[in-house]
Amino acid sequence: MRKLLTSAAAIGLLAAPALAQVSDDKVKIGILNDQSGVYANFGGRYSYEAALMAVEDFGGTVLGAPVEVTTADHQNKADIASNIARQWYDTEQVDSIMELTTSSVALAVQALSKEANKITITTGAATTELTGAQCSPYGFHWAYDTHALAVGTGGALVEQGGDSWYFLTADYAFGYSLEENTGNFVKANGGEVVGAVRHPLASTDFSSFLLQAQASGAKVIGLANAGADTQNAIKQAAEFGIVQGGQRLAALLFTLSEVNGLGAEAAQGLTLTESFYWNRTDASREFGKRFFERTQAMPNMIHAATYSAVTSYLKAIEAAGTDETEAVAAKLKELPVQDLFAENGVVAPNGRMIKDVYLMEVKAPDQITEPWDYYNVLSTIPGDVAYIKPAESGCPLVTQ
Amino acid sequence: MITIFGVPTAALFGQLLVGLINGSFYALLSLGLAVIFGLLRVINFAHGAQYMLGAFAAYLLSLWLGLGYWSALILAPVLVGLAGAVVERTMLSRLYKLDHLYGLLFTFGLALTIEGTFRYIYGAAGQPYPTPEALAGGVNLGFMFLPIYRGWVVVASMIVCLAVWLLIEKTKLGSYLRAATENPILVQSFGVNVPLLLTFTYGLGAALAAFAGVLAAPIYQVSPLMGSNIIIIVFAVVVIGGMGSILGAIVTGYLLGIAEGLTKVFYPEASNIVVFVIMAIVLILRPAGLFGKDV
Repeated sequence: MRKLLTSAAAIGLLAAPALAQVSDDKVKIGILNDQSGVYANFGGRYSYEAALMAVEDFGGTVLGAPVEVTTADHQNKADIASNIARQWYDTEQVDSIMELTTSSVALAVQALSKEANKITITTGAATTELTGAQCSPYGFHWAYDTHALAVGTGGALVEQGGDSWYFLTADYAFGYSLEENTGNFVKANGGEVVGAVRHPLASTDFSSFLLQAQASGAKVIGLANAGADTQNAIKQAAEFGIVQGGQRLAALLFTLSEVNGLGAEAAQGLTLTESFYWNRTDASREFGKRFFERTQAMPNMIHAATYSAVTSYLKAIEAAGTDETEAVAAKLKELPVQDLFAENGVVAPNGRMIKDVYLMEVKAPDQITEPWDYYNVLSTIPGDVAYIKPAESGCPLVTQ
Repeated sequence: MITIFGVPTAALFGQLLVGLINGSFYALLSLGLAVIFGLLRVINFAHGAQYMLGAFAAYLLSLWLGLGYWSALILAPVLVGLAGAVVERTMLSRLYKLDHLYGLLFTFGLALTIEGTFRYIYGAAGQPYPTPEALAGGVNLGFMFLPIYRGWVVVASMIVCLAVWLLIEKTKLGSYLRAATENPILVQSFGVNVPLLLTFTYGLGAALAAFAGVLAAPIYQVSPLMGSNIIIIVFAVVVIGGMGSILGAIVTGYLLGIAEGLTKVFYPEASNIVVFVIMAIVLILRPAGLFGKDV
């Protein structure tokens, strides 16, 4: 028995140098998002799958310690998400939480993680607050935000003469942020905002709201919502003859997953902004095909950004030589982001990952040559135009 | 422009009409719930799932067999009704002797299982279902643009509601059904097969939900969660109308649709709670519901 203990201790000592820098002898990443509600296809289980792919591509270990990914459904509720996050940190040795679809949830979990001294990388939520007034030294924001969407889709439509806007806004943090950002951008470019109506999250019937938007006479109806809400609004707008009546619809946050759910027939001609399209470069095509084999769906920007976030986090741990939060956060801000999602990404001091975003147009059904080939890339918007300059973000971490 | 409380009348009429359309769904669904509760004393939590199954049946009939909307409008309720009858015969009927709570728990579990299964297979985002050719397009009524399909929904639901009401209140079959609820043993001793009647009733309730599901398919996405989104409101409708009151369920369904439509004009943020506020007020003032008999 004594011999056994001695050898166990010896093995422990031998193994120790490799693992010494990694807490609990493993790195554990939690993917927390909506897996059953309106945003389940927007991020959902697909983001978990993307995180698994990133870990596998990284080799499954970092600094000799195994990397694990766990996941949970926060049901778009900040209180449920906070409970899960606490449980993960306190009893399940989770080192960082990522994805965090839904802005209210992301803000709550980022604040909680700041207290708990843990890293969050948000890919699913949109509000600029995450890297603005409510920024955190350990909170990062990948993928996109409401400012990038406003500059992309809003900019394109104002340029084409859409100078009066009416907003259909989801009634929570994300909707307000998107409405405000887009409204400001429209006004700054000489347009006007004639009104807005706020609808509850996960509405099924938009006809009342659409009638109000129709009556406003605005040239553009801005859909400051997401997921199934936007899908339903677009579908029902077609029913009420809104586009035939001469008004344009701007889906401010709409991704490949929703285009596929809506069908090319109903979605054709929509202008939208995403920071990733699978059929754009060789690297993205290769990733798209591998992702498709696992999920039967092509990735949107949330899924690709989650892959990129996990990869960057593991690279930062490797570079820092430890998984200690302070050191990893510093490395995340220092290292450039170069992968299939971002060719030229940099992480600003406020935690915002800045890279190019793309203005897309949904093709007409007869132009689509292969499944999921929905977009024409209209233009590339450079990262420093798309995102708020760190110094102007209102984040106290940025020294002027 | 003429205005009422600062809202143009044209917009108001538009909203009233939209409210009526939504009310049609509430009426159809609460009718099925009221029929099942009135005759079986079962609070059917699976009603939303049966509504969703109706929409999915339409979608799958078109995907697998190439059948269009009109065949689905007949076939989907028949299929879902049969499935409901099987569930009643094999499982639900064993619970009648127990407390009502068991029926509620069973149907709730059934709903979660069905929705979970569909979500697992089809995802949550929803599948598109086209509007039938004959009902595509719309007409300009002057104060609003009415999609023809939505007009059809109002007409179809009114016809079906009326037919079911007549079936239960005015036909011989209906009188058997009502008698069987009052005193099953006596009715059975007259040679009427009461268990069969109850199975038929549950199947009818499920078929009504499926009919509403097919009507909804071209308007909303066909999604596994469409039932759970609407079922809570429908329960409120049944409570406001009076548990088990068939006429109450129909009238309240339309009224609440309109009340919700008006709320969307004056204070949109409250539109998803207005039904529950009305429910609370009604429960305080008339605990048996607007059309319920005081116990």
